[in-house]
Amino acid sequence: MLKELFLISLAFMQRTLFDKLWDSHVVLAQEHGDTLLWVDRHFVHEGSHHAFAKIAGRGLPVARPDLTFGVADHYVPTRGRTATAAIPDAIVRGMVEKLEANTKRHSVRLYGLDDPRQGIVHVVGPELGLTLPGTLIVCGDSHTATHGALGAYAFGIGASEVAHVLATQTIWQRKPRNMRIRVEGRMAPGLTAKDMILSIIARIGTDGAVGHAVEYAGEAVRGLSVEGRMTLCNMSIEAGARTGMVAPDETTIAYLRGRPCVVGGAAFEKAAEDWLALASDGDAAFDKEVVIEGAEIAPTVTWGISPEHALPITASVPSPDFAADQAKAVNVAAAINYMGLKEGQPISSIPIDRVFSGSCTNSRIEDLRAAAAVLAGRTSKVPGLVSPGSSQVKLQAEQEGLDRIFLDAGLEWGASGCSMCVGMNGDLVASGERCASTTNRNFVGRQGQGARTHLMSPAMVAAAAVVGTITDVRPLLEGRT
Amino acid sequence: MEPFTTLTAVACPIPWVDVDTDRIVPARFMSTPRSEGYGQFLFHDFRRTRDGKLSMTHPLDRPERKGAQIIVAKRNFGCGSSREAAVYALVDFGIRCVIAPSFGEIFAGNALSNGLLAARVTEQQAEDLLDELAAGGRDLTVDLEMRTISNGRGPIRFDIDPAARLRLLNGWDDVAMTLSFSEQIAAFQARDAAARGWARPVADRGG
Ligand code: SF4
Repeated sequence: MLKELFLISLAFMQRTLFDKLWDSHVVLAQEHGDTLLWVDRHFVHEGSHHAFAKIAGRGLPVARPDLTFGVADHYVPTRGRTATAAIPDAIVRGMVEKLEANTKRHSVRLYGLDDPRQGIVHVVGPELGLTLPGTLIVCGDSHTATHGALGAYAFGIGASEVAHVLATQTIWQRKPRNMRIRVEGRMAPGLTAKDMILSIIARIGTDGAVGHAVEYAGEAVRGLSVEGRMTLCNMSIEAGARTGMVAPDETTIAYLRGRPCVVGGAAFEKAAEDWLALASDGDAAFDKEVVIEGAEIAPTVTWGISPEHALPITASVPSPDFAADQAKAVNVAAAINYMGLKEGQPISSIPIDRVFSGSCTNSRIEDLRAAAAVLAGRTSKVPGLVSPGSSQVKLQAEQEGLDRIFLDAGLEWGASGCSMCVGMNGDLVASGERCASTTNRNFVGRQGQGARTHLMSPAMVAAAAVVGTITDVRPLLEGRT
Repeated sequence: MEPFTTLTAVACPIPWVDVDTDRIVPARFMSTPRSEGYGQFLFHDFRRTRDGKLSMTHPLDRPERKGAQIIVAKRNFGCGSSREAAVYALVDFGIRCVIAPSFGEIFAGNALSNGLLAARVTEQQAEDLLDELAAGGRDLTVDLEMRTISNGRGPIRFDIDPAARLRLLNGWDDVAMTLSFSEQIAAFQARDAAARGWARPVADRGG
């Protein structure tokens, strides 16, 4: 009896990484399940203008300007970068100016257009060490789960919630269920976190993780760099998850040491102990678990209009007849039509019109190096743009000579911003054009009205550029890595 | 926020899965201030030709769906981007309720913030409702108090988080509600400063 009680209480105490993150942020819980959580970091960008207008309308101040950070990324030009006042497009200029005015009015630190640390919000946060294990991070952008790579609880919110966080530094949530996705064993050489996440989404579907907080685990995940983990967590939303995360380990600690906004010295070592203790307890229970063999992951690309329309490079455009259900079959047929493809067409033969390498999914230094490794000494058959994830990444890439490789291959080397991920700054794919892209969404019209997007890793995008069709990068890497 | 209690209105079928927020409102319209209204942007690229004219082929533009305030859709409605503009477009168009088996989670939160009811039914119930609409059905009655949808035949129950239901029924504003808990928030901060000293950002040494 006593032993049973002991075991029950032990089971009760077993918590997941997510449980620990949740528990440490609870301000108060209401009977019906709504819980008020404390927010450690709130990132705002140009798109946050709706939220600033809301708090202005009620005459409310920003509760914690010291925990609020502005980053200019969604609308900033990537070509011919100038001071804000000289941005030629009036709408784009207006959006950047609005962010400058709003952050200034509320004494919020802004990583603006002219700041050497400017970049895409989900690249800048980790790079500066603003993103820490054990923190709760929100931003009015659905790819906020990127920060979960460091063991943070990070999620995207809408404009009204942004206004709420600005006014109160808290947010109401219902606790999602726990889900673990384990990628066991190792991936073959040349494969990346992008192939991993696209395979996961292809397997579980775009709503496979709805209602869940996902922890990525397993040997292949542990083997990823923090950058790779960011790519993995970034696309959690494409699987419907509320958030995605990886438990902090020595790789995380090494990444954080010495970053500008992290505590230093003995305080760092003490913090590191707390962070390492966040890992899920050995017997913690997950409501849902998916296991994938790393060795089975191939270079993966999307062929259709949903991130779950992803297949290994060796596959062919599917037939609607083989879709899981009638509704999915309708979607497959619509995708084949919109993408201008034929059922049964080998994916590796699909000709492309342009390439884009960038976005918070794949624009960190490691991503640029992977693309450059394929492109070095080769030329691109199609036009394309490479946009580094931050101004610091840009500088580092130039110091390493990567910019020369892209330029010599015939690609454009731009400044940092969201660019062709969402096209708000005017970087668009023309109607009917087919783009091999390192971004995260292949939705209809995402990269521009009528644009056709194929998602893949930076190395695969570089390979597509060299060959002019979607292609397997592995032969192009022979003797190079 | 205006409370939501019951609604009897024309329902429009949008019989697709995974209707993402890029479809509901393309990104290029999102610099528009809300005061200008987002209704005109709803499903823009699916309803309009290149010159911006309505092609009248979209379900929402069929004459029998004129004045629709309810949408019935399939799984994962509103997946994708966090853009609240997707909800603005629906609400400004006149939609007050979307019925579907599941919703993108950020979308569902945004709907709640704007008094738009996101009602969850089973996949079979959604199919039945869609079939009835396809067969000429027009009006539905949604009762949030009772959590029912009726169509002349027997009512069906829908799902919604209890907290969301209360907020919609009462038209509660969550900022005002949260600010009333300022004591608890202060107490949390005091506890937390001791437990997680490292969580405060160090002033950026680079300037
Ligand atoms: S790059 Fe794309 S996904 Fe990432 S923050 Fe910008 S718009 Fe969002």
